[in-house]
Amino acid sequence: MSGVLSYLVFFLTTAAIYSIASLGLNLQWGRTGLFNIGVSGFFAVGAYAYAILTISPLTGQPGLGWPVLAGLLGAMVAAGLFALLVGIPTLRLRDDYLAIATIGIAITVQLIATNEPELTGGTNGLFAIPQPVAGWLHGSGGVAFLILVLICVALVYLALERMIHSPWGRVLVAIREDETAASSLGKSAFSFRLQSLVIGSMAMGLSGALYAAFIKFISPQDFLPIFTFQVWAMLILGGSGSSAGALLGSLVVWAIWTLSGGLIQAALPAKLQVDSGAIQIILIGLLLMLVILFRPSGLLGRKRPAVHRSTVPSKEQA
Amino acid sequence: MIGQLLANGIILGATIALGAIGLTMTYNILDFANFAQGELLTFGAYFALIAVSAFAGVHSTFGALSFGWPMVVALLLAAALTSLLAILVDWLVFRPLRRSSIQVALVIASFGASLLLRHLVVLIWGPQPAYYTTNIQISTQILPGVRVTPDQIFLVALTALLVVGLHFFLSRTKLGKAMRATADDPQLAQVTGIDVARVVRWTWIVGGSLAAVAGVLYGMTVQILPEMGFNLILPLFAAAILGGVGSVYGAVLGGLVIGIAENLSVLFLTPTYKPAIAFLLMIAVLLVRPTGILGKPKL
Amino acid sequence: MSLLQVDQLVAGYLRGVPILRGVSLSVAQGEIVTVLGPNGAGKSTLVKSIAGLVPVFGGHTTLDGQPLGNLPAHRLIAVGLAYVPQTNNIFKRLSVLENLEMGGYPLRGRLDARIARVFDLFPELLPFRKQAAGRLSGGQRQMVAIGRALMVDPKLLILDEPSAGLSPKLVAQVFSKVRQIRDAGVTVLMVEQNAKAALQISDRGYVLAEGRERIQDQASALLVNPEVGELYLGAKGKLL
Repeated sequence: MSGVLSYLVFFLTTAAIYSIASLGLNLQWGRTGLFNIGVSGFFAVGAYAYAILTISPLTGQPGLGWPVLAGLLGAMVAAGLFALLVGIPTLRLRDDYLAIATIGIAITVQLIATNEPELTGGTNGLFAIPQPVAGWLHGSGGVAFLILVLICVALVYLALERMIHSPWGRVLVAIREDETAASSLGKSAFSFRLQSLVIGSMAMGLSGALYAAFIKFISPQDFLPIFTFQVWAMLILGGSGSSAGALLGSLVVWAIWTLSGGLIQAALPAKLQVDSGAIQIILIGLLLMLVILFRPSGLLGRKRPAVHRSTVPSKEQA
Repeated sequence: MIGQLLANGIILGATIALGAIGLTMTYNILDFANFAQGELLTFGAYFALIAVSAFAGVHSTFGALSFGWPMVVALLLAAALTSLLAILVDWLVFRPLRRSSIQVALVIASFGASLLLRHLVVLIWGPQPAYYTTNIQISTQILPGVRVTPDQIFLVALTALLVVGLHFFLSRTKLGKAMRATADDPQLAQVTGIDVARVVRWTWIVGGSLAAVAGVLYGMTVQILPEMGFNLILPLFAAAILGGVGSVYGAVLGGLVIGIAENLSVLFLTPTYKPAIAFLLMIAVLLVRPTGILGKPKL
Repeated sequence: MSLLQVDQLVAGYLRGVPILRGVSLSVAQGEIVTVLGPNGAGKSTLVKSIAGLVPVFGGHTTLDGQPLGNLPAHRLIAVGLAYVPQTNNIFKRLSVLENLEMGGYPLRGRLDARIARVFDLFPELLPFRKQAAGRLSGGQRQMVAIGRALMVDPKLLILDEPSAGLSPKLVAQVFSKVRQIRDAGVTVLMVEQNAKAALQISDRGYVLAEGRERIQDQASALLVNPEVGELYLGAKGKLL
């Protein structure tokens, strides 16, 4: 297979893996208004859970050697459990506290990944992570895995769309849009928000598991906050609230990210290339600001009455 | 052992407190959690490094301290430049977004700004750690079993001085009272004739300056690193929340509690988990007193 | 010559969805004028738009001959207009004294004389001057709010439902203070639900309905006007 084609397969696989995380974020933020900025943490939990569950103990690493399917499911369960842990204390509070708690979990997960070599391989990371459908379509250079990832995207997309358009999904939107509706639901509003957080995080966990299976090697360096920023960029650009927008956003943002990275490598002197990330962040950040200011609904987001800051209940009503 | 850990906790807590004050102020006056606050500490430390390097040939030290008047210049320069940086970021990023209909645009933007600033530090100064001086300081015993360096004593004293100064600024000056009024109710402040834009500017100046001093003190007693501010962001938020977001003294108290807790944790955990302690403590507070300590319940 | 002149004011939160659909009114120097109307008539929007807090889409407003246009809220103080919102009208975490000092924020120089004047008007606040305003009772808070607005010696004082949430005894007290303020030379425009008590101290009144002024008359006449009672109570009857 030609270099361009295999690069395209690589590009699409990565974008598709990202898109599963942004579908999860769309449920949390786009539909429920949950402010998760620890996406990289849930992604990491999924990746590590998958790796630990599936790696063969024969490699001399901490691994259980489970089948890959069990690994994928285990990754989702693990990410869901972490979401429960963060959600219970913070979902009753102002949105900002969930944000702080989620970034806290992302940092804590990274600390554990770095400091528990018996579990995570420490800074060396874990390698020889089994890949599902490896060896299928022999010689196709990863097309089989890309197809598997795309099937996962489709399944997650369909499942989330079903949920979003069910009565359950409409309650989520009601809670997000209308404070009085939320408070009249009382305790159950909390439970709806928690369910949304957990389900969205499970998608992020699946995304992490597929990432681990795709790259076959993970270390704490793979789960930096920049990942969270990218997923947010994908969702906002694509259109917060729309699953199709999340998919499109993933493709567009990842394309811009990859292309700009390539251009920077080609155009800038070697000294400045060390940290091309700064320029990429400026680029994506600028794009995001323009979208937020001039097209807040994103590329595919549905138009909905904007929630003005001024109509937000003032800080103290007491 | 415990005495030494307590002393270390107060030293770290003082740094956290200075950073958390700025966080609390922007949270109250601009109504958003600024995730780029940590990077203000980082930039403060690096700005001071510029001045310290410029005076590299000057040999001046105050008594037993590791530094002399070049550090005084460095502190002032760091405070001024960090304030300017904060105002610049506000002007370029936050101010346009204050009009946005997306409620949390500011927080996402601050998250992006924090990433960007961190990368800029690496771009400008490189990823390796830096130090203001290569001199090794001898610690002295101040209490049985408690050893501290003169620099650490200076750190705690300067923090105390700044907090007292801030107290007088907020309770005695017209501008300070206007800042408290704006934090209390921005719309009423506007109706009352307070120049809110000016108050916002001064919020960044005060918060930025304190962050810069915190960064320099941290760099002086630990090390200067592009990730130093990011590594402190959880302790900063934890301190602000613990202290009841909204009060300067709460932030100071919260900072001390977090600093001490992180240091005492080495009795049970490996030191590498220190940052997670701040997080756990914060979660515990949220669980036990979800609204009481915060003072601002979600509606 | 009227102090405040409002001509065909159109205003609202969203362009194309005006809440005020051409309101005209005038307040003469030294008057107390009350704006009445059923819920949703646009009373609060009217004073908020005069106070620069709600976007104005059309019409013309002048204070003492000076056009107010779309001046931002913090610039209106300089023109002589002070506004007391219905809720959130004090700085809760600031002391009573600090609240008054903030009222005088746009002024230069010492505020002692003005603060003393406010305490002359509201001697009941004196014992609480160092206390956080948020801890005071409803009536006391209202006095702090009015006192804060008086610090700049406004030509026109705008009060949005000063009696809201107060007991009848406190309502009487607040309204008698409003009278004293007028007698000291400050013109007052207020919006009220409590029509009867408000009209009793007012010179004139306007009744607002569906974003327009429906009736204007002397306060004494409005008190006995059956149409006012109808707009108010949704039934035939008059206020007195």
